[in-house]
Amino acid sequence: MRLSSKHLTLLILLAIVALAPLAFPSNFYYRIGALAFVNGLAVTGLVILIGFAGQVSLGHAGFAGIGAYTCALAPIYLGLHPALAMLLGTVISAGIAWLIGGPILRLKGYYLGVATLGFGILVSMVLANEVPITGGADGREVPELGLRAALKFIGIDLSNAQFWYAFTALFLLGGAWVASNLHDSAAGRALRALHDSEIAAGTVGVDVARYKLSAFVLSAVYASLSGSLLALMNKFITPDVAGFLHSVELVTMTVLGGAGSVPGAIAGATLLTLLPQALTALQAYEHMILGLIMMLVMIFMRDGLVPTLSRALRGRG
Amino acid sequence: MKSVLKAAVAALMIGVASPALADIKIGSTVSETGPASSLGDPEAKTLRMLVDEINAAGGVLGEKIELVSYDDAGDPNKARTFATRLIEDDEVVAIVGGSTTATTMSIMQVVADAEIPFISLAGALEIVDPVQPWTFKTPHTDRMACGKIFENMKAGGLTKIGLISGSDGFGASMRKHCVDIAGDYGIEILADEIYGPTDADMTPQLTNLRSKEGVQAILNAGFGQGPAIVTRNYGQLGIKTPLYQSHGVASKAFIELAGPASNGVKIPGTAILIADQLSQDDPQYAVVTAYRKIYEEKAGSPASTFGGYAHDALRLLVDAINRAGAAEPQAIRDAIEQTKGFVGVTGAFNMSATDHLGLDLSAFRMLEIKDGNWVLLQ
Repeated sequence: MRLSSKHLTLLILLAIVALAPLAFPSNFYYRIGALAFVNGLAVTGLVILIGFAGQVSLGHAGFAGIGAYTCALAPIYLGLHPALAMLLGTVISAGIAWLIGGPILRLKGYYLGVATLGFGILVSMVLANEVPITGGADGREVPELGLRAALKFIGIDLSNAQFWYAFTALFLLGGAWVASNLHDSAAGRALRALHDSEIAAGTVGVDVARYKLSAFVLSAVYASLSGSLLALMNKFITPDVAGFLHSVELVTMTVLGGAGSVPGAIAGATLLTLLPQALTALQAYEHMILGLIMMLVMIFMRDGLVPTLSRALRGRG
Repeated sequence: MKSVLKAAVAALMIGVASPALADIKIGSTVSETGPASSLGDPEAKTLRMLVDEINAAGGVLGEKIELVSYDDAGDPNKARTFATRLIEDDEVVAIVGGSTTATTMSIMQVVADAEIPFISLAGALEIVDPVQPWTFKTPHTDRMACGKIFENMKAGGLTKIGLISGSDGFGASMRKHCVDIAGDYGIEILADEIYGPTDADMTPQLTNLRSKEGVQAILNAGFGQGPAIVTRNYGQLGIKTPLYQSHGVASKAFIELAGPASNGVKIPGTAILIADQLSQDDPQYAVVTAYRKIYEEKAGSPASTFGGYAHDALRLLVDAINRAGAAEPQAIRDAIEQTKGFVGVTGAFNMSATDHLGLDLSAFRMLEIKDGNWVLLQ
C-alpha cells in the first residue's frame, strides 16, 4: 500500500513530536515545545480560514481569550471540571463565531480584517474591564486539570512539562488530522474554490455564505481550544491572551509558514515560538531580526516556508 | 535552500544553548520593554550595574555573580517561559524580577514547583498574603500607603475624611485597602467618590466632598493623570481642607501637571525622592545616596523608586547568600526569611516566616509639595 502525502505528512509530524525529546537537554525545552504546539493548533485553525477559504481574521485571539477564560471561570462559577470547561469554551466560541460570522463575513478584504479586529479588541476589553469576574489586567488563576495526577495513579509518571508536551501534541496532531482531511474533502474543495473566486464558486453551485461561515466557526473552535490549553498549562491567565498582538502573531505564523498548508502552519508557529528564545542573546536586535526574517520570507518565498521548500525539493527529486 | 535551512537550525542551536558556566548564577526576568517598561527599564539597569559593582568588589563568598537576564515585555506567558528557562536551562540559584503583578503571579507558580527563591518587584499585597514559601517581595503595598497617610492625619487631628479614588486597578485596590483599615486608625470616611481613569473633570465629585459636613481632609487614591486633575480642580474650587495624594503620584511629572494647586499636597513617598534632604544620621542616608550616585552616573537619568525595588532585591539576595554561606536554593530561601534590620533604598526589611515583605510604615516618608519640590515633613 502506498501512503498518501496526507498520511505521510501526519506520520512525519508524529515522528518529530515523538523523537524531539531525545534531543532535549532540559525540561525547559518541553515547555517551548508545548507552547509551539498550542500556537500551532490555533494557526492550523487559521489555515482553514485564511489558507483554504481565503478569509482574513485579525481577531482570532478573541476566541482564544474566550476559551482561556471559560477554563478559568466555569470551574469556579459553575462547578464544572476544567476538561468540561474546555468543551464549554469551544461551544461558546463556536456559538459566538456563528452569530457574528453571518454579518461580518459579508465583508471582504480590509473591511473583513477591521471587523474581526474589532471583535478581538472587544473581547480583550471586556476581559480587562470586568474586574470583579475576570480579575482585570492582573489576571486570574486557572484550576488544575488533574489529568497528570490521574496518569500518575495508573503508573505513568510525567513531569509537569513532559505532560503538557504530550497533551498539547495530541491536540495538535488531532487538529492537523482534521484539517488535512478537510483539505481533500468535498467541503475543502468548495472552500478552495471560493478562495479563488467567490463568483465562480457560486456559479457552480457552492453555497458561498454557508461554507465561509463553517470555516469561520471551525477556526474559532481551534483558537478556543488553544486558549484553553494555554490557560490550563500556565494555570494563570491575563487578558493579553485575547489581545490584538496575539491575533497578529497568529496571522504572522500562518503566513510565514505557508497559509495554505497544515505542516506550514505548524512550522510557522514553531519557528516564531523558538526564535525569540534563540535570540535572547541579541536582545536589542531581537525585533529587527524577526522583522528581517519575515521580510525575506515574504519577498523570496511568497507562499510561505513549507510550500516553497517542498516545491523546491520535489523539483530537484 | 537546504543549506540555508541547515544554517538556520545551527544558529538556533547555538542561540538556545546555555552560556558558559559561572560561579553563582542569579536570574532575572523584568519588563524592560512593553507597557510596564517605566518600571522594568530602571530595574534591569539597576541589576546590571549592581552585579558589576559587586563583582568588581570581589563577588560573593569569593565567587563572581553571573546575572542571566531576560525581557518578558510585561507578558505573563513570556515571564513564565523565562522563569522556566532560568530554572531548568540556566540553572540559577535564585530569581529577581516580575515587574508587574501579573508577571509575578506567573513566575510564583514556577518557583513554587521548582523550589527556587524568588524576590518579586511588584506591588500587590496578594503576592505575600497568604505567604508562599519561595516568594518574597521588596515594594511596599498600597495598604501600607493608606496606613501611613492615616497615621499622619490622626497626628494632625484629622479623623473625618472624604475619599476620592480612580476606578482603575491601582485606585480601586488602594480604595479597598484604605476603607478596610480606616477603622484601625480611628478614621471615619464620610464620603466616598469615584472617577473614571480618563475623566477630564472631577469638579462634581470634589463639590460633593466640599459640601459634606464635617470633612476635615480629602484623600485621593489614584495613579496617572487623574490625581493631577483632582489637584487642579481642588485649587479652582478653593477648597481649604488639606489634600492627601497616594504614592502613585510620586514623580516630578505630577507636580508639573497639577501646577500651583499642588502646593501643600501631602503624599507618602520613599527616601529616594528626597535623598538630598536626608540628614547624615538617617539610617537610610548612606544606602540611598550611594545608590543614587551610581545610578545617575551609569544610567545618566534620575534614580527612581522602581530601580530602588530592584536594588533592594539584589542586595537582600546577596546578603542572604553571604549569611547562608552557600549558594544553594534552600539555604538562600531560609536566609532571606531570617533577614533582620536590612536597610535598603525602600526601607528597613525584617522578614519572618509570616512576613515575606518585611517593611513597616517607616519605609514611607510623609512629603509635602512646596513650590514645585518635595519637602520632607519631620
